[in-house]
Amino acid sequence: MDVEILSRLQFAGTIMFHYLFPPLSIGLGLQLFLCELAYFRTKDLAWEAAARFWTRVFAVNFAMGVATGIVMEFEFGTNWAAYSRFVGDVFGSALAAEGIFAFFLESGFLAVLVFGWDRVGPKMHLLSTLMVFLGSVFSAVWIVVANSWQQTPSGYHIVWHDVQGEMMPRAEVTDFWAMVFNPSSVDRLTHTLIGAFVLGAFFVASVCSFYLLKNRHLEISKRCLSIALPTALLFTLLAAATGHDSAQKLAETQPAKLAAMEGHFHTTDEPTGLNLFGWPDAENETVHFGVQLPYLLSFMVYNDPTRPVPGMDQIPEDQRPPVWLPFQTFHLMVGLGTLMILVAMYACWTWYRGTFDQRRWLLWTIVAMPVVAMTANQAGWITAEVGRQPWIVYPSVQEGVEMMGLRTADGLSESVTAEQVLSSIILFGIIYSMLFAVWIFVLNHKIQHGPESPEELAEYKRKLQTDSMSEAFGHHGTSRGGGMMEDGT
Amino acid sequence: MSYELLTLIWFGLLGVLLCGYAILDGFDLGVGILHPFIAKDDHERRLVMNSIGPLWDGNEVWLVTFGGALFAAFPVAYATVFSSFYTAFFLLLTCLIGRAVSLEFRSKVKSSTWRRLWDWAFFLSSFTAALLLGIAGGNVMAGMELGPKYRYEGSLLSQVYWYPLLVGGLTVSLFALHGAIYLYLKTEDELQTRVRRVITPLFFVFAGLYLVVTLATWWHVPHATENLSAHPWLWIVPVLNALAVLNIPRAMHWGRPGYAFFSSSMVILALATLFSVEIFPNFMLSTIDPAYSVTLQNARSSRNTLQTMLIIAGIGIPCVLSYTVIIYWIFRGKVKLDPHSY
Ligand code: HDD
Ligand code: HEM
Ligand code: HEM
Repeated sequence: MDVEILSRLQFAGTIMFHYLFPPLSIGLGLQLFLCELAYFRTKDLAWEAAARFWTRVFAVNFAMGVATGIVMEFEFGTNWAAYSRFVGDVFGSALAAEGIFAFFLESGFLAVLVFGWDRVGPKMHLLSTLMVFLGSVFSAVWIVVANSWQQTPSGYHIVWHDVQGEMMPRAEVTDFWAMVFNPSSVDRLTHTLIGAFVLGAFFVASVCSFYLLKNRHLEISKRCLSIALPTALLFTLLAAATGHDSAQKLAETQPAKLAAMEGHFHTTDEPTGLNLFGWPDAENETVHFGVQLPYLLSFMVYNDPTRPVPGMDQIPEDQRPPVWLPFQTFHLMVGLGTLMILVAMYACWTWYRGTFDQRRWLLWTIVAMPVVAMTANQAGWITAEVGRQPWIVYPSVQEGVEMMGLRTADGLSESVTAEQVLSSIILFGIIYSMLFAVWIFVLNHKIQHGPESPEELAEYKRKLQTDSMSEAFGHHGTSRGGGMMEDGT
Repeated sequence: MSYELLTLIWFGLLGVLLCGYAILDGFDLGVGILHPFIAKDDHERRLVMNSIGPLWDGNEVWLVTFGGALFAAFPVAYATVFSSFYTAFFLLLTCLIGRAVSLEFRSKVKSSTWRRLWDWAFFLSSFTAALLLGIAGGNVMAGMELGPKYRYEGSLLSQVYWYPLLVGGLTVSLFALHGAIYLYLKTEDELQTRVRRVITPLFFVFAGLYLVVTLATWWHVPHATENLSAHPWLWIVPVLNALAVLNIPRAMHWGRPGYAFFSSSMVILALATLFSVEIFPNFMLSTIDPAYSVTLQNARSSRNTLQTMLIIAGIGIPCVLSYTVIIYWIFRGKVKLDPHSY
């Protein structure tokens, strides 16, 4: 296999593995903040016990996000050197801003969030939780801005530089804010963040439903569910709305991607239908076993059921993305999104009626929902990224001037060999599989252990106070956890 | 501001990020290197790990930001350096992953086999990370086989020879020493006594390697002293460096570990500055033909970007510094274990 395929495989594998963790950190961060805010306002220890518990789960996930994220930060340089030289002037600033504005904020206040429960007051702790949450949102902002710029570049021009006698092109920023607010960044950022909030809400709902099924930690679980279920409903609805916006934008900015997602090959004068599902076949330019709803695609894209949507035949042959994969992942995302809306609606309805915890099948369904939400998130990214091919940076028109794009095949590192990439894939394949197993194991361990009860927490706090009193009087306090929790949780 | 001045400022800021990283992550890599040798039982091992518990993640962000800033300010250097060090770099990343997860997961399960496994993973990844950082530094100092159009023509094997290995050894010993002084500050009683006992031998190992590397650099890397000869006032850096080195045993002897820690931080600062001075104005010197080198001039971003980035840095750095200080203040004092510790 050649360097191009291997490097793409490696990038896809490492980013998809990384992206298992960030959406959960972002989404759980929001739930954690809401729990702690509830504690802050009511001073009810059940809320604090819940917040302490979610913090422990959060910390495990966060560490995985950090460990896998560092790889991403350098992979542009190791595997995509030509691309890095081409986009560095534009793309680098977003990545550097991410470091300065987001990662320092997150990692600094994470220390207070995780280790500061008994060291700082409730106000400072709440503030730290908020900062960690905001930090994770900022990191999403900058990285999605960078990624959106590759999809719909703006605010730049191409400058040719003399490199030892050969002229080489490079994208350079002309307008920083136009680069940041490129045509797709706001839409894609909101949609991505909402996808993360959906995951976080369903994650909390899932763990709490599991406790209800096992008849454990009832008080805390019910409280958390009262936040998680409504937020899950809100954000799944918003995901559909913002996703629809993204799709409408695509018709203007990346028609090739839209055509691939819909398996729409031939442009006609007729209104365009929407494939509910099917098996697209790019070679024969048709969708097998397709079930089509007439007029719907025209309506979805233009809010006008009769206006035809351009198909893949409008795109020059050497600029067409693969069709099968974006088609399937897009339909998967939308299908799962619809499923989640239905589940969240039904759960909220029964919660409102007070019959939620009597429907065991519903509880079990919710237990499985994090996997569904995670799959939708991954499927969304695969759609967006594979649909961008064969470009790594899209060509565009800036103020009437055509700007060249960069093909994925031209973005590689010149000096890296296939053997090198293959060995790093194998190395990281092994490491990531082990990490994944350990992560599941530790996460399960934490969930099985569960939160402590409000009474245990009250007892612990009393003990802490006497300990620090005796320390003040010169005795060596032995504040080693007071046996409230297993050590090292 | 002129383009030239902006370029220099960004070279300087990268130096600051690199120093910040080396000083901060230096002590927690050092703690990792000492970990299995210094702590006798599980309680002590947890103390050692928790001495850096709340801090290591923030320390590593300096490296991440260094990467981002290098990408933004000198994209050609980012692309060329990281693709040239491809294999070495993936090994380094493996180590950084290993450290993060061994800290996070070690104490989560009550099983001595589980914990022993992660203890060794923690040691091994810290040690190797320090060594690899040194090896990379040594190669950059000595120059690399960079061909035309930024095409690297060497391999991992041509990167591992006596000179970079020596620099790697120096880095390991320096971080171990720095970590030991830090641990001395954070521990009490018996554990502290044991830490005290390794500081002196570590100091002599470091001082010995320091001398050897200085002589080796003189001999093997003739261009290293060019900038010093051209600007004699720069000699102040190696002189301060030597003073800081000597101050470590002195401060420890007088029972002022805080001052010793300050000195070891200054040693790192001076060495990193010396490194920047000696490579300037190259990021990567080609041993094939100097015309192929990656320099400040051919690696930099456009003027516009450097200027925007300077504004970003101007807003960001004061924020970063202020909460770094707050967090170090909150976690000051001796390590204690509580239910939230690792
Ligand atoms: C900042 C930039 C950036 C961001 C935020 C993402 N990607 Fe990406 N992605 C790229 C920048 C990129 C790239 C560097 O441009 C790649 C590498 C090779 C390529 O074709 O594009 C790419 C390729 C790529 C591929 C392979 C596509 C192919 O080769 O056909 C997949 C499956 C993903 N990405 C998936 C993701 C996921 C799951 C992400 C969620 C975080 C993600 N990408 C975020
Ligand atoms: C290819 C692109 C990406 C790169 C280069 C990248 C880089 C990184 C790095 C270096 C870290 C570790 C920071 C630390 O030490 O604290 C990290 C963590 C993180 N990243 Fe990414 N990332 C990418 C994609 C994304 C995307 C698309 C999102 C969100 C939508 C995201 C959100 C986060 C978050 C929230 C964290 C904090 C750790 C965690 O939540 O588990 N990243 N990323
Ligand atoms: C239910 C209706 C939904 C629609 C119509 C929809 C539509 C879209 C579209 C068109 C894109 C591609 C945007 C682009 O490439 O520019 C996208 C991407 C994405 N989707 Fe969805 N989506 C839906 C639901 C969801 C849900 C429920 C989730 C997650 C829980 C999700 C997560 C994502 C993610 C993470 C991306 C990649 C980031 C981006 O490009 O914005 N989507 N979605």
